[in-house]
Amino acid sequence: MTMTSVPLSWYLILSAVLFTLGVAGFLFRRNIITVFMSIELMLNAVNLSFVAFSYQWRQVDGHVYTFFVMVVAAAEAAVGLAIILTVFKNRATLQIDDVDSMKN
Amino acid sequence: MFANYLPTGAEYFRLLPEMILTAAGTLIMVLEPLTGYRRKRFLGHLALAGLLAALWAAVVAYSSPGPAFNRLIVVDGFATFFRVLVIVVGILTVLSCWDFLARHKAESGEFYSLILFSVVGQCVMVSANELITLFIGLEVSSIATYVLAGYLRDDKRANEAALKYFLLGSFATAFLLYGVAWIYGVTGTTNLVDIRQILESRDVIHPILAVSTAAALMFVGFAFKVSAAPFQIWAPDVYQGAPTPVAAFMSAGPKAAGFAILLRVYLTAFGPIDQSWVPFVWTCALATMVIGNFAALAQNNVKRLLAYSSIAHAGYIMVAVATGTAPGAAAAMFYLAAYAFMNVGAFVVVSHISGRGERKVNIDDLAGLSSRQPLTAALFSVFLLSLIGVPLTGGFFGKFYIFKAAIDSQLYWLTILGLLTSAVAAYYYLRLIVVMYMRPAVDGEEELPPLGGGLKTALWASALGTLALGIFPSAVLNFAGASGAMLVR
Repeated sequence: MTMTSVPLSWYLILSAVLFTLGVAGFLFRRNIITVFMSIELMLNAVNLSFVAFSYQWRQVDGHVYTFFVMVVAAAEAAVGLAIILTVFKNRATLQIDDVDSMKN
Repeated sequence: MFANYLPTGAEYFRLLPEMILTAAGTLIMVLEPLTGYRRKRFLGHLALAGLLAALWAAVVAYSSPGPAFNRLIVVDGFATFFRVLVIVVGILTVLSCWDFLARHKAESGEFYSLILFSVVGQCVMVSANELITLFIGLEVSSIATYVLAGYLRDDKRANEAALKYFLLGSFATAFLLYGVAWIYGVTGTTNLVDIRQILESRDVIHPILAVSTAAALMFVGFAFKVSAAPFQIWAPDVYQGAPTPVAAFMSAGPKAAGFAILLRVYLTAFGPIDQSWVPFVWTCALATMVIGNFAALAQNNVKRLLAYSSIAHAGYIMVAVATGTAPGAAAAMFYLAAYAFMNVGAFVVVSHISGRGERKVNIDDLAGLSSRQPLTAALFSVFLLSLIGVPLTGGFFGKFYIFKAAIDSQLYWLTILGLLTSAVAAYYYLRLIVVMYMRPAVDGEEELPPLGGGLKTALWASALGTLALGIFPSAVLNFAGASGAMLVR
């Protein structure tokens, strides 16, 4: 390739960093909405990897996979926000530590 | 030219169960607003008819096995076995939920549709021949199950169960997907058979570290779905908070489908690199058996106890996966079939005795069940004895074949610890039987309602399934053996 382009590894490192940030957000944030957003961040990190790999292989498959992931993420968001809403209606809180009523 | 890309009739025929289930689920959703509250049972019958038709379709689809839709799915013995299994679990759930839903004044079409959609997802999962198809199936099944867990939306515990299941489930799925992305990046394909060929070929140098990392990331997703340690923490809370028929469904259907994809991906695609994934499956099997069985000892809530017991059973099946051989896969298949019947049966009994608002789910509430309802107590004992692994029940042969496969693969430590923890398990199951038969009923206890028709059918069917697998295991085992061998092509 004569044209200078961003190397594959940069994309992969960025994707790994985003994914790790998502994991950290999921584990350490206490607001349910923020936790949910962290999961979305993880999925988008994966999408970035798919696109980068797809470009590397000169295939269109990886691009198509990102659409599947986006659709699934949208479906998950619809169901997830509905669940979060019912939790909020019943408990009037969005702190994850307050949603812990079952022990033995 | 263009016509070459169109799927043939035979390919549609192989996807017939999924199509029937989707059509039935959609039809129920359309009919739901047109049905008055007293007529909702009709939708349940419709769901049952859809499931039975899909069962028939799954069986006849096996008459023309092979791949379909550009090798996205494959109908082979393995797929057929698990399709039949998850559809049967769906049937048992629909039969057993009528009394429960009526008692909670929560009968509606959505419940049946969601069960059907979840079963569609599981059918896609078990017949997937490609990682993205597998992911789509997994999500279809999971998203429907998240909603089912929180189906009683005014119940605080059901909300909590749905929230935990949803958050941890999507978290684990993201790991699975990241693993898929890396497999795609390293091999350039997501087809399981092609991945195997690439990993087998000597002339391609593939970064083994990247492949092993991807296998580990995907294992996180699978281990979550089958509630294996250390990703089992959600299971007790979710099973306790979810409506009991849903807990029965979750503990059998998605778990069987989860193990099916675990077996297919690791034996078919990652077979050539088994030295890199067997160690963590081994560790996971050991931890799951120990955690599940010892935590179950301390439980007083029967639903929670069964949740820990289902974790423990996931551990036994993990032992079969850790063998990485065809006999191990066959043993896991047999165990999952036996487990589905005995575990659904046990949950159905709990759903019957739990009463309104699911208040009576403690072990003490079982007192005197043998005199109050002898039949229920007797069938519950059959399920519990099978969960222990007493001869003449499906659970016995399930454990027998798993540990036999483990010994043949020189997994001596896992076998010894598996047998020891099964002995521990006998204590908490027998405790339930002792309370049912030895302790008198508390005076002033309100009468249990008689078993409804659907519940009775579900209970007898589960009991017959459990005993049939224990007395005549060979037919199922031969089928599992033949189709398990196909995985390690």
